[in-house]
Amino acid sequence: MNDMTAKSDATATSQELAVREKKELTGEEKTIPGRFFVPSTDAYETDDGLTLVMEMPGVARDGLDVSLEDGVLTVEGRLDFSSYQEMTPVYTEYNVGHYARSFSLPDKIDQDNIGAKLEDGVLTLTLPKAPAARPRRIAVS
Amino acid sequence: MARLPSPFDTLQSLQQALDSFRTSSWLDAGLSGGGAYPPINVFRRGEDFALIAEIPGVKKSDIEVQVKGRTVRVSGGKSVDYPTGSAVHRRERLGGRFDRALSLPFEIDPERVQAECRDGVLALLLTRAEHDKPRTIKVS
Repeated sequence: MNDMTAKSDATATSQELAVREKKELTGEEKTIPGRFFVPSTDAYETDDGLTLVMEMPGVARDGLDVSLEDGVLTVEGRLDFSSYQEMTPVYTEYNVGHYARSFSLPDKIDQDNIGAKLEDGVLTLTLPKAPAARPRRIAVS
Repeated sequence: MARLPSPFDTLQSLQQALDSFRTSSWLDAGLSGGGAYPPINVFRRGEDFALIAEIPGVKKSDIEVQVKGRTVRVSGGKSVDYPTGSAVHRRERLGGRFDRALSLPFEIDPERVQAECRDGVLALLLTRAEHDKPRTIKVS
C-alpha cells in the first residue's frame, strides 16, 4: 500500500487511474432510506490548519450538510435521484447512494472559521488551527 | 389528489435494479471485470441510452469524449496533490489518467450526442443512428 501511494505521488498524472470499490457505511443507521457510502477522503495538516478533501460525486450544494457538534465533524451528502426517473439499467458497474462520514476533530481547531468548497463532486473543508495551537517561534534573547 | 413520484421510491427501485445486475453472474466475465476506470452504468430511456460515470475531481476541460460507430471513448485525468510541507494524515483519493472505450450494441448518431458533467458525474446521452434503427416492413 505504501509503495503504491508513493508512486502515485511521483507520477500523479501519468499513472492509470484505478477503480476503488465503494465502501458502504456500517454501524450507523440513517432516518432517510437508501444506501450510504463512505467518501474517499484525504486529510493533510499544514501550519495553518487541517484540510479534508472528500469525493462525493453527484452531490450538489443543497444536498450537502456539514455539522460540528461536540468536536465531531459530520458530513452528509445526499443525491438527487430524480434524474434517474424513467431510466432502466441495462448494464451496471457501480452502485449509487448517499455519502456520510464523521471525524472527531482535535481541540485545537478554530471551530468558528471552518471553510467548505464543493467543486466537481469534491468537497474541500479547511479547518484552521486555533491561534493558540499555531506553531510559534520563540525568540531567544 | 395528485401524487408526485417520490424521489426515494425512485432511489429504492434504482438500487434494487442495480443490485440485481451486480449480483447476477453475467457481469463477472463482463467487459471490464470491474477493473477499468471509470466504472460506467448504462441506462435506457425510451429509445435513447445514457452512460453515467462518476469521475469526482476531474475538471470539465480535462475530459475528452469521442464517438465513432458503436464505440464511445472517454478519457481524461486528474491529479491529487498536497501542499508542500504538509503532513498527510489520510490518503484515500487516487490520481492518474484514464482512457476507456465502451462498445454498444447499436450505432450511435454522432450529431446527437449530449455530454454533461455536473458535480463529478459525467452523463452521455446517446441516440441510436437513424439508419441503424429497425424498420417495419409492410407485408403486402
